[in-house]
Amino acid sequence: MRGASQAKWVVAAVAVALAATACGSSSSDGASSGPVNAQGTFSYQSSEPQNPLQPANAMEVGGGRVIKTLFKGLVDYDPSTGKLRNQVADKIETTDAQNYTVTLKSGWTFHDGTPVTAQSFVDAWNWSANVKNNQINSDWFSDIQGYDAVHPDKGDPTAETMTGLKVVDDTHFTIALTGPVSYFEYKLGYTAFSPLPKVFFTDPAKYGQSPIGNGPYKFVSWEHNKAITVSAYDKYEGLDKPKNSGIVFKNYSQAEAAYKDLVSDNLDVLDQVDPSDLASYKNDLGDRAVDQAQGAIQSISFSLYQDSWKGQDKAKVRQGLSMAIDRDTITKTVLQGSRQPANSWVAPGAMGYKDNTCGEACTFNPEKAKQLITEGGGVPGNKITVLYNADGGHKEWVDAVCNSIRQATGVECVGDPKPDFKSARDLIKNKKVDGLMRTGWVQDYPLNANFLRDVYGTGAAANDAGYSSAEFDRLAGEADKATTVEKTAELYQQAEAQLAKDMPAIPLWYYKTTAGYSKNVQNVKYDSFGDPVFTQVEVKQK
Amino acid sequence: MGRFVARRLLQMIPVFLGTVTIIFFMTRMLPGDPAAAMWGDKAADPAQLAAFKHRMGLDVSIGRQYLNYMGDLLTGNFGETMAGRKVIDVIGEALPVTVRLALLAFVFELVVGVTIGLFSGLRRGKAFDKSALVLTLLLISIPVPVLGFIFQNVFAIQLKWITPTVQDSMNLGQLILPAVVLGSISLAYVARLTRTSIAENLKADYMRTAVAKGLPRRKVIGTHLLRNSMIPVVTFLGTDLGALMGGAIVTEGIFNVKGVGNALYHAINLNEGATVSGFVVVLVLVYLAASLIVDLLYAVLDPRIRYA
Repeated sequence: MRGASQAKWVVAAVAVALAATACGSSSSDGASSGPVNAQGTFSYQSSEPQNPLQPANAMEVGGGRVIKTLFKGLVDYDPSTGKLRNQVADKIETTDAQNYTVTLKSGWTFHDGTPVTAQSFVDAWNWSANVKNNQINSDWFSDIQGYDAVHPDKGDPTAETMTGLKVVDDTHFTIALTGPVSYFEYKLGYTAFSPLPKVFFTDPAKYGQSPIGNGPYKFVSWEHNKAITVSAYDKYEGLDKPKNSGIVFKNYSQAEAAYKDLVSDNLDVLDQVDPSDLASYKNDLGDRAVDQAQGAIQSISFSLYQDSWKGQDKAKVRQGLSMAIDRDTITKTVLQGSRQPANSWVAPGAMGYKDNTCGEACTFNPEKAKQLITEGGGVPGNKITVLYNADGGHKEWVDAVCNSIRQATGVECVGDPKPDFKSARDLIKNKKVDGLMRTGWVQDYPLNANFLRDVYGTGAAANDAGYSSAEFDRLAGEADKATTVEKTAELYQQAEAQLAKDMPAIPLWYYKTTAGYSKNVQNVKYDSFGDPVFTQVEVKQK
Repeated sequence: MGRFVARRLLQMIPVFLGTVTIIFFMTRMLPGDPAAAMWGDKAADPAQLAAFKHRMGLDVSIGRQYLNYMGDLLTGNFGETMAGRKVIDVIGEALPVTVRLALLAFVFELVVGVTIGLFSGLRRGKAFDKSALVLTLLLISIPVPVLGFIFQNVFAIQLKWITPTVQDSMNLGQLILPAVVLGSISLAYVARLTRTSIAENLKADYMRTAVAKGLPRRKVIGTHLLRNSMIPVVTFLGTDLGALMGGAIVTEGIFNVKGVGNALYHAINLNEGATVSGFVVVLVLVYLAASLIVDLLYAVLDPRIRYA
């Protein structure tokens, strides 16, 4: 019964469009569409938030998705095109990618009626970044000047505010970063950068239980472990005005139970189909079934910090192992079509995604695989292990990958299960893995830099392989200094080419949103974060 | 009688302390760092991690943590969850749901189980007895999840009598189906225990006496036979009540009932030692109380049993 036990970690939580490769089926509201009840509310499969509902305090989907409906930041991502668009911001100007001037639109209000001003943003960011307030996403503010003072590695903060944030007047403020970050605007689309009303700071704990935001929905109630209810905010100024009058985030501990409720129309919108119903869900739901690519990738990384994987020759061995994996067959059979084979380190849907950057190395070719492994001096001991957490439903595909490698190359390959996510992460984080390990990445924001620099840059927090390439770091550094996002994305594509040469991690497949909705609703679309576009859901008249 | 109860209550103290101690160390020995896991795939912020551990009292030695925990427990403080909620609040939300579910299941297995057992025992070897044996065998051999899925499919998806999962966990009507699933295995045991016990006692001397005295059949069976045959059944039911309260993880998951099982499952997944031990403390108390009541019931049922 541990099917969907592992918490899903999603960081950014705003909508983005799908790539061209997405096999979208959610747009098919033809046969079942009907008159819309604008007063209708719908339910969504959710889980209990792990933290109070404060904008910078949700890293998992349970809290993240609720916060996304309650708050709206300067910018967000257009769900139909994936482009960054202004919401509370009227414009964000910069000449050097380091100093930004933000102009706000007027007329935005919080749900308590107070206006959203430049001060609302600056106060919120200062509070969220402060180490004393223990916000789980506080490191998102680390680009801003003066972050070190409010969030030192040890000890108490020496300042209450970041020097990089200055309020000019009610509708203007400036942001100074410690260095140029050309895609900083992309980061601003994340909910951690939401504004907070004055009243929040009087009792943050209380407003974490009953939040007051400025988003399309306002908070109604939170029955712990049961449901969170939000209703449409009629004075919402954003571009995405809700087409329904509210959402009930209904708590399910078992995905199977949620699926049963969906099939019988007792639940309206599903998060993910549970593994045991994957084979039949398209049959059960017909054109209400959803199957499309997500901005997340699964890979296996090498413990490059171990002697056995050092040396330039070993890159060939790693490429050979990648070639020995029959991604097409495994995604179709073992994973029942719930994943899409990967041939790049960036998931489709992200800006700067380039098809087939992995090239030949991600194409199944047993002959060439064997040859490359021999040329590279073989695998130490002719045996590899793949470390994974046994509580996340990974056993089946790890075994399949190992079988594929064994049959194609004769290299002995076995899975190395650790009892749960936490213990596997402990070993990986402390660089104590001996061999290969399961790794994955869910986009924080839909830009290739997020898939590359945050995972493969030297010393990056999620660089589990311990990969360090001077060439990659040089290109990434240049990309970060570029003044346009387009240039950044292009330079990161060049950096990605270095990954194909060194192969620190084998890309396996991209995640897909396999979900669906009930007969009570229509116009249900999912973005590349796997979240439904809540504001667009239409409730049908009964 | 009074001395017996007093002695039993005193005996409960070491049992209670022992179980709480064992559970405390077991949950704390689970692999992985619950605090660091809050950051998911990302590296935890060291300063915040330290602050978090300090708030949860995880930054001192395990022995110190134990003393702190036991000290807090004596003052009725069950600690906090990772999300900063009081564990006692979480228990307070989940317990009423599970009490309802467990009592429904208990009544179901008691009434239906004893009835089936009684008639089977009285008509040993007859058609009713044989079909009851087959039915109970079936119930014992079908795992709870399978039974739950069958019921969901038949009654909710096919017949549409009910919703597949419980929409309101406090609604007794909606809890009936999960209670039937939860109580079904125990029902089979109750029926079989009653049947055997009835069949044995039918041959007892006091039964022959009662019949010879010319008592009406109703009284012979109701007062003498049934009452004396209930001792093994009551023993089973007593321990089963505790199991129903704590062991409903699977059933509560299938039917999305927001009770103790669900909360425990969630807490174990998040490695929340304080919540897990909090629930176990409550469950231990339930077990102890149930077993005391069972012992006292013996004397009520069988006049030959006396407590000094």
